[in-house]
Amino acid sequence: MKKHDQTTTANLLEIQDLSVHFNTQRGVVKAVRDLSLTIKKEETLALVGESGCGKSVTAHSINGLIPVPPGIIEKGKIIFEGENLLQKTEKEMQHIRGVRISMIFQEPMTSLNPVFTIGRQIADVFLTHHDIPREEAFSRAVNLLDMVKIPSPETRAKSYPHQLSGGMRQRAMIAMALASPEPGLMIADEPTTALDVTIQAQILRLMVSLKKRVGMSLLLITHDMGVVAETADRVIVMYAGRKVEEADVYSLFDKPAHPYTLGLLNSLPSNRKYAGASRLEAIPGTVPDLLTINDGCPFANRCPRAGDICRSVFPGETPLTEHHSVWCHNHVR
Amino acid sequence: MSDKSILRVQNLKTYFDVHNERGEKAHLKAVDDVSFTIREGEILGVVGESGCGKSTLGRTVLRLEEKRGGTVMYRETDLFGLDHRELRAARKKLQMIFQDPSSSLNPRKKVSSLISQPLKIHRTGTPEEIQDRVDALMEEVGLNPLYRRRFPHQFSGGQRQRIGIARALALNPEFIVCDEAVSALDVSVQAQILNLLLDLQDRHRLTYMFISHDLSVVEFISSRILVMYLGKIVEIADKKDLMKNPLHPYTKALFAAYPDADPKNRKEDRMLVMGDVPSPINPPRGCHFHPRCPFAKPVCTEVYPGNTNAEPGHTVACHLYST
Repeated sequence: MKKHDQTTTANLLEIQDLSVHFNTQRGVVKAVRDLSLTIKKEETLALVGESGCGKSVTAHSINGLIPVPPGIIEKGKIIFEGENLLQKTEKEMQHIRGVRISMIFQEPMTSLNPVFTIGRQIADVFLTHHDIPREEAFSRAVNLLDMVKIPSPETRAKSYPHQLSGGMRQRAMIAMALASPEPGLMIADEPTTALDVTIQAQILRLMVSLKKRVGMSLLLITHDMGVVAETADRVIVMYAGRKVEEADVYSLFDKPAHPYTLGLLNSLPSNRKYAGASRLEAIPGTVPDLLTINDGCPFANRCPRAGDICRSVFPGETPLTEHHSVWCHNHVR
Repeated sequence: MSDKSILRVQNLKTYFDVHNERGEKAHLKAVDDVSFTIREGEILGVVGESGCGKSTLGRTVLRLEEKRGGTVMYRETDLFGLDHRELRAARKKLQMIFQDPSSSLNPRKKVSSLISQPLKIHRTGTPEEIQDRVDALMEEVGLNPLYRRRFPHQFSGGQRQRIGIARALALNPEFIVCDEAVSALDVSVQAQILNLLLDLQDRHRLTYMFISHDLSVVEFISSRILVMYLGKIVEIADKKDLMKNPLHPYTKALFAAYPDADPKNRKEDRMLVMGDVPSPINPPRGCHFHPRCPFAKPVCTEVYPGNTNAEPGHTVACHLYST
């Protein structure tokens, strides 16, 4: 029993001190800086933040999808099941990508091949990994389409991506992610952002139930605090390439400690404090330019609590509880 | 807010000629027999999912689309009865703010010329007066007038939306259609722009028709809310009545599907509508929502429901409530 406990709580993925830069004509963009995170088996970790915070770059780094050049992995380790993915060759990565780590993107139309039926595309995943006849691969694909609740899966398997609605295409993408032989980690990058809210609710529910059923971990990348609140176990808040707060989902929404997290929650019009209010508590200013950013806290220029030290030194970790840490010189108490 | 209406829309229809799946000619009934009024000084929120016709409705009430039937009365004037010159004069008072400022602003023009364009078209003053007005407008929307010689790409998304707002304000309008005006923005910037829109409304006594797919935004900013589904208005009510007592099954489904930004309220057992939004080219017979509706009765598959007045100012189009 003890051994079982160890394996279920063990880290599936561990990122240590990752920095990812991009060389552009205007200078070096420090997209991700000193990022560390862990994902345990069967947990849902949400990376949340606004445009340019580095959440998608982090996801692409895990999958080895950062274009080099212009991108550079400056430093860090990405350890998946005990192996550093950054030291793998492209060929070795191909046996991890789509096998142990699958990915779902915001716009499924750009990730599905428009000239093949979706049944064929899912069957191809089986054919890549198993020595089985084409017909069997196709019927397994139909089973998966059924599992992601696509109505009349036999007919739909013969449809081309453009014949499906946005929600159905996203279901097909999830089916494809499940077709990999040993799904371990699913990375979902804004999986419901392009979908209508009634469809979003269906897809989120589907992802959570399949995650439990297959026993995989989910890295959910989103800008939407509502989606985080509905699905995540733990949350990491990123701002301008830095991790600023990390907590279990209840603590984060209950006692946000970083001024940015608090500002983000206060910016939501759905926040209950605004019942009957006529203005929102907006965060003033805009996200800093990643080209000219210094070593201080990137939020300092918008932060009501910032002091001199915030502008020159990025703070270390302040643990608040066992599951809640903040990176702030003057956090909200 | 007064009870005087600024815009009265009656039986408005906007159809587009399209070809259906078999290549036959068909109508896409983007707005199908829609009636409502907008009162002076109010913010009427229009909410619905993609393809429900909310943007087309916003464009048609400004006569940016041609109607297929019905009327739009702006105060005492029939907008569709105006000739070109009269329409141009009326447009001064009727403006629009678009979703994506980067595609609605000409990338080759400087900010000063973008904002002054409406002023020049309507010949509102000497070049100096126009210049002063541009500076005042930039200041008003929270842009530093020193940036007047910059191009749109040199601004962030939120600042570009401020440029779009300055342009819409330039001619002192009284009615503005905001079509997904904050949807492309990050949430912290979205809050700034919502506050700005509210400040401007107070200061200039503006009336907004605020179109958005985002229920939380519409809920926050509006005084009344209109819910659309496949070209039809399914429910319209004062905000507080709609929040407290949503009647149409689609409105309820929309509220239930909206993720609550509080993990303590995870609605794991909530009722979700299943299925997709059908194509607006060939919507279901009867009530368009009946294939997804858990309460559908036989009559719902045959007859489109009429409007029922559930309480004062609260109208719903659903057979469950018709007497």
